[in-house]
Amino acid sequence: MPYFPDEVVEHILGFVSSHRDRDAASLVCHVWYRIEGLTRRSVFISNCYAVRPERVHARFPCLRSLTVKGKPRFADFNLVPAGWGASAEPWVDACARACPGLEELRLKRMVVTDGCLNHLAHSFPNLRSLVLVSCEGFSTDGLATIATNCRFLKELDLQGSQVEFRGRHWLSCFPKPSTSLESLNFACLDGAVSANALESLVARSPNLKSLRLNRAVPTAVLAKILTSAPKLVDLGTGLVAQSNNAGALPSLYSAIQQCTSLNSLSGFWDSPRWITPIIHYICKNLTCLNLSYAPMFRTVDLIGTIHQCQNLQHLWVLDHIGDAGLKVVASSCLELQELRIFPANANVLASTGVTEEGLVAVSSGCRKLNSMLYSCSRMTNSALITVAKNCSRITSFRLHICLHGSVDAVTGQPLDEGFGAIVRSCKGLRRLSMSGLLTDSVFLYIGMYAERLETLSVAFAGDSDDGMIYVLNGCKNLRKLEIRNCPFGNTALLAGTHRYEAMRSLWMSSCDITLGGCRSLAAAMPGLNVEVISQADGGANDAKKVEKLYVYRTLAGPRDDAPGFVSIL
Amino acid sequence: QEDDDAATSDAELETRERLTTRATKPVAMSAETERSSTESSAASGLDFEDTALTLTLRLPGDPDRKRGASSSSSCSLADRSSLLAEAPPAPKARVVGWPPVRSFRKNALENVAAGSTRAACAPAKFVKVAVDGAPYLRKVNLRDYAGYDQLLRALQGKFCSHFTIRKFANDEMKLVDAVNGTEYVPTYEDKDGDWMLVGDVPWKMFEEACQRVRLMKNSEAVNIAPRSAR
Repeated sequence: MPYFPDEVVEHILGFVSSHRDRDAASLVCHVWYRIEGLTRRSVFISNCYAVRPERVHARFPCLRSLTVKGKPRFADFNLVPAGWGASAEPWVDACARACPGLEELRLKRMVVTDGCLNHLAHSFPNLRSLVLVSCEGFSTDGLATIATNCRFLKELDLQGSQVEFRGRHWLSCFPKPSTSLESLNFACLDGAVSANALESLVARSPNLKSLRLNRAVPTAVLAKILTSAPKLVDLGTGLVAQSNNAGALPSLYSAIQQCTSLNSLSGFWDSPRWITPIIHYICKNLTCLNLSYAPMFRTVDLIGTIHQCQNLQHLWVLDHIGDAGLKVVASSCLELQELRIFPANANVLASTGVTEEGLVAVSSGCRKLNSMLYSCSRMTNSALITVAKNCSRITSFRLHICLHGSVDAVTGQPLDEGFGAIVRSCKGLRRLSMSGLLTDSVFLYIGMYAERLETLSVAFAGDSDDGMIYVLNGCKNLRKLEIRNCPFGNTALLAGTHRYEAMRSLWMSSCDITLGGCRSLAAAMPGLNVEVISQADGGANDAKKVEKLYVYRTLAGPRDDAPGFVSIL
Repeated sequence: QEDDDAATSDAELETRERLTTRATKPVAMSAETERSSTESSAASGLDFEDTALTLTLRLPGDPDRKRGASSSSSCSLADRSSLLAEAPPAPKARVVGWPPVRSFRKNALENVAAGSTRAACAPAKFVKVAVDGAPYLRKVNLRDYAGYDQLLRALQGKFCSHFTIRKFANDEMKLVDAVNGTEYVPTYEDKDGDWMLVGDVPWKMFEEACQRVRLMKNSEAVNIAPRSAR
């Protein structure tokens, strides 16, 4: 083959942006590996302990955008004790030394301290985008440092993070006379916000397109903000009207009517029911609507509103919507691609208004659906089979029946056939989360048919080791396997010994594995970190049941920041 | 009709055995890449189409289905069906993390449900809770609770469902581990850094002063004098 100049390869690779494509290109030959490494701008690290930060920077010296994920996903449900790890400090440290030109940093489920934010703020003058999803460990003081020092910040997104409130001053710290802010999301923030500071900030941020406020922002302030930012595309409201105070509403109505670009709406918190008509002003343009934090809205309010949102593509809502509401969704929102239904009260194991009927209705009406998270009180195989037929394009399907181990509500059977139909029919299924009474059969179906499956979440399912073994042997593309409260033991765990290196991680909690089994796995596979999280003090003999196990592939060896309750075998 | 069913279950069994016994080839590890192992799938010959499998999507109820030799649970499908056909199952115990709702969302909705008059503006106050003998700590948001009773119940829920709350005449409260009888005295560290007994001061005062909570084993709590002794 004639000489192929590096510059040409470099130029061509410049057009390749997806991580997977770049990964593939880097494997072609040493030359391509080197060139790809030198030119990669955006790096995605799906497990912060899989590789040392220094190594990332050595391979990708020109990176400008870094995304790092930390704790296992079940940390969201309180299954990972506090102090487990996932500190952002080593990453910020290494990046500050190797790559001070960093422009974007995205962290998910990591612990970020104020010190870390301080370090960030002073190390990356060019920072454009800081996104902290489900992070914790920092306070409003840290935000103040960021606002003060990152003069070119375009995006600050704190989605779902836990932020300690230490004062309102941080909002005033953004640059004057104007900011580059395009996106600001502090909806998760507990605590008051200075109205003046907020209004002044919005007024001096001409590029602001996305703004998500926290609960503490009252109606009058919202009205003022909308008046000064009529080009907003995405809005998360504060509390819209206390029950006893409707004074500021007229100005809000007129302000929101001016926002002709607004296509995404969220927030509301405990706004009273009677404000739902406000949404009608912008219904026609709405593509994203998130009412999942608005427990005061009832079925009839939701129906009235959603009925008008004919262009909706993404809908997040509480189970107050009921089957009746979902039938309206099915007939009105024909463009719907993503539907998420959350339980309004996670502590109640009783029935809600959402059953299999709603699911069937939505699957028949919304033919473009590709992603579903459905929380309901009951389900039937027949309904799931219908959904499988109607929505074969689904890529993400998560079904959460509130009472674990629920059977088919009509026949009393396990839900194996229903989920079997889903995996068989939805050939592009990448993410699956199941619930209800499930035997080994469903795992057989998954192993046989779910070829594209990448993430599988299982709880209270299966009869024997076979279940897990079917999945490990069958699903070639599996990356994340999360299991809790299933009767899988050492045989099942060890059956996957040679699979785990091709996967990102495995989580098993409240299963039947023992310390001995985990030790065997660790001994066989030095390229894995086998972490055992211990609930109580006790003996360390092989027969001891392991409460929580987290296994992940790594190039970095056992981590040195593991707390006392984590043993790395 | 019968032959079809027999063929189906045989083919099913064959595939199931293949899935159980086949061992995948180890995949060469490469940094940050998630390459699927094309070599091993070719080698395994796992061709589902060839097994003439027509798993019917009829509703199951097949107690005669053979199971591979493995540690199955003692309850067969037939047993389970008959058990389920009876009266509705007793309500199950609540488990941690089910239904899977992110704690952020749970907190947000609970805050909202508690009423807009409360703290739309009062920030959460998370304090660490340590229990002697447990290797890791928990956190609770003091604003979630209206009084000591609710707090203790929450601690009961977080740490051990077999703690019982025992109250004494002089306002003392203890948590008792019903399994081994260990008594725990709830204490807290106040703003001055002193360790105090929980329950002495009015709830609001406690809410402001408390920095962290520790459930101390009874034997260690002797140095903290209850109110009546002062």
